Amino acid sequence: MTTDTPRPPPRSRFFGAWGPRELKGLFWQVLVITIVAGVVGFLWSNTVTNLSARRITTGFAFLGREAGMPIADSLLAYNPRDTYLWAFVVGVGNTLRVAVIGIVLATILGTLIGISRLSANWLLSRLAAVYVETLRDIPLLLQLLFWYVLMQALPAARAAWRPVDGVFLSNRGLILPAIPLGLPQLWVLGTAAFGLAVVYLIRRWLVAQQMRDGKLRPVWPFAVSFILALPVAVSVLLRVSWTIEWPQLRGFNFVGGLTLAPEYFALLIALVTYTSAFIAEIVRSGIQSVPRGQWDAANALGLRRSFMLRQIILPQALRVIVPPMTSQYLNLTKNSSLAVAIGYQDVVSIANTTLNQTGQAIEAIALIMAVFLSISLSISFFMNWYNSRIALVER
Amino acid sequence: MTVIADIPDAPRAARRPQIGNPVLRWLRTNLFSSIPNGILSIVLLAVLAKGIFSFVLWGIANAVWLTPANDSSACRAVRGLGACWAIIPEKYRFILFGTYPFDEQWRPALSVVLFVALYFLSTRRAFWRRELIYLWIGALALISVLMWGGVLGLSFVSQDRWGGLPVTLILATFGLAFGFPLGILVALGRRSKLPAIRSLSVLYVELIRGVPLVSLLFMASVMFPLFMPAGFNIDKLLRAQIAIILFAGAYLAEVIRGGLQAVPRGQYEAADALGLSYWRKHRLIVLPQAIRHVIPPLVNTFIAFFKDTSLVLIIGIFDLLTTAKTAIIDPAWQQFSVEVYIFVAAIYFVFCFAMSRYSRSLEATGGR
Repeated sequence: MTTDTPRPPPRSRFFGAWGPRELKGLFWQVLVITIVAGVVGFLWSNTVTNLSARRITTGFAFLGREAGMPIADSLLAYNPRDTYLWAFVVGVGNTLRVAVIGIVLATILGTLIGISRLSANWLLSRLAAVYVETLRDIPLLLQLLFWYVLMQALPAARAAWRPVDGVFLSNRGLILPAIPLGLPQLWVLGTAAFGLAVVYLIRRWLVAQQMRDGKLRPVWPFAVSFILALPVAVSVLLRVSWTIEWPQLRGFNFVGGLTLAPEYFALLIALVTYTSAFIAEIVRSGIQSVPRGQWDAANALGLRRSFMLRQIILPQALRVIVPPMTSQYLNLTKNSSLAVAIGYQDVVSIANTTLNQTGQAIEAIALIMAVFLSISLSISFFMNWYNSRIALVER
Repeated sequence: MTVIADIPDAPRAARRPQIGNPVLRWLRTNLFSSIPNGILSIVLLAVLAKGIFSFVLWGIANAVWLTPANDSSACRAVRGLGACWAIIPEKYRFILFGTYPFDEQWRPALSVVLFVALYFLSTRRAFWRRELIYLWIGALALISVLMWGGVLGLSFVSQDRWGGLPVTLILATFGLAFGFPLGILVALGRRSKLPAIRSLSVLYVELIRGVPLVSLLFMASVMFPLFMPAGFNIDKLLRAQIAIILFAGAYLAEVIRGGLQAVPRGQYEAADALGLSYWRKHRLIVLPQAIRHVIPPLVNTFIAFFKDTSLVLIIGIFDLLTTAKTAIIDPAWQQFSVEVYIFVAAIYFVFCFAMSRYSRSLEATGGR
């Protein structure tokens, strides 16, 4: 009895295990690598020649030199006599200042608008739709320039608008009342943060208990005592003062309070409104992705609306929302580099000034890339961790 | 009131008896379905009315529409009270076409028309054939002839004199026309079994997507001259165009990769079984299906990318936004930048809105 067993594919006697397919693959790889290496090598040799012709020494030694550039508005203390390295760090601080606050505000605003689009109120959902369509279809840079022009057209400090007592809006920017934060105040805030961490752990434990015996245990007594009562007790014991510093008009400018410079304020508004339009769409599609049956089932069980949203709808919507939200956060961070167009000194702007002053083009661009790659990687890392936490656990 | 009424999109209207005036019924279901909803509607209506009223007052009632040539005194008189739309008839030639020779500006205008016609034809399903590629090549060649001139009796216009809307459309369209094939190659490279090609593609995509476009443009404007042999230099517009192509390639590659992943394995296996080579397999079987899957996200990428061309302002290339910003440097008109920005925003909006509507209609029909 003979059966046709499939014969092994013919192997070349000459090449052994290297069949024609593998050889072809090898050939393509060698070809591509040779071309890429050739192009890179050509560019590199040109660059070396050009740099030596311009008497620019490559390397990061210039970072230790005195920067001499002014930085008008910064989170970290800076003086033009500081080094280029410190100027870079100050720039990174400025980028993070606008990116972190922008991400928080854009998430809040975007979520509100996304929910508004689903509202049963026709007017509200239409207005939200118009907001989303308009802001998404106009370039961010144009919106940024527009906000900046509006900022500059605001009245001078003497005639500043006062929407609320103690808040001034003028061509000097937005001035808010502030609470000066010293070491004692930070201690109290630190206690509150510690309390938050403790409550998180307690909650996990309580949920684990509930999983075992099905009894619902309230978490709020712990929350009140650790997040509220403990910091208040520390504050009273240490006699920490929480006086609010009200801004005062002196001459042509304001003294005291917290000042958001017009550049920073315009950049923040532009980034937050633009990104919130995209976030609104993500939130909307996330909520819509939860099947109707889930709403009906929760209602049939007689769950309270807040419980239903928190425990049934949101966890399922978040699975759809989180991955595109990550890329919006990354976009906001990268878009903060448009600051250079209105003179807010973020890391790209400072790198650009450095580049013009020293001619260290490669190093400056490499630093920008390093900064943004590390910010991007940390955001993706955090969001991936969060995503894996909320992901569907299948049996 | 049942709890079900709180669910978004609950078919409430259908459950109510259909009686009474239809207008009142509409108002009741859509604006005044409950007391909080009614209060919200009234507040929103008040805010909206006030907003529309002040805009009409500023933008229409108190606005100045025309002034004698280069005389902004009428506009200054209403400053803060009314808009100065007169700046648009005064400056629109510069905003739209930049410093292109004034008497020759029909050429960029015709190019814009050609671009729009090209976009329109590309969205028609009847034109989704191989001939579309030849149409693109032909149209882009014709536009190059129109813009540069130097043949057929057209005077030569060097590209440092180009500006305004045609430059925006050129950056976006050529970026797309070259970025798309690049994106396909990189997407294939990223899914390739060959380790060297795969890692090169990953490196390229992640590097480009990890940094802001601004820094790529800086790189193009500052570092490019360093990369080239001494004495050899290419034009600033072309350098920005190369940066935009590289940028577009990386983003498009990721979208196309998503499409490639959506093609069922059986299709690859069937193509292999037919004995098709790698390139024929992808050209004839895989890519047509993959691209069809991702047309809506592709259009969204095009929109993002069209808006992003405005970033060339930062390296001083005269696109639409830069000409707008330059037009208001003129001291007589300096205070009326808001009007110019609104005008330019409207142009960008028309292009992007048309594309986003198109993307939505494709999503509705499933790209088929």
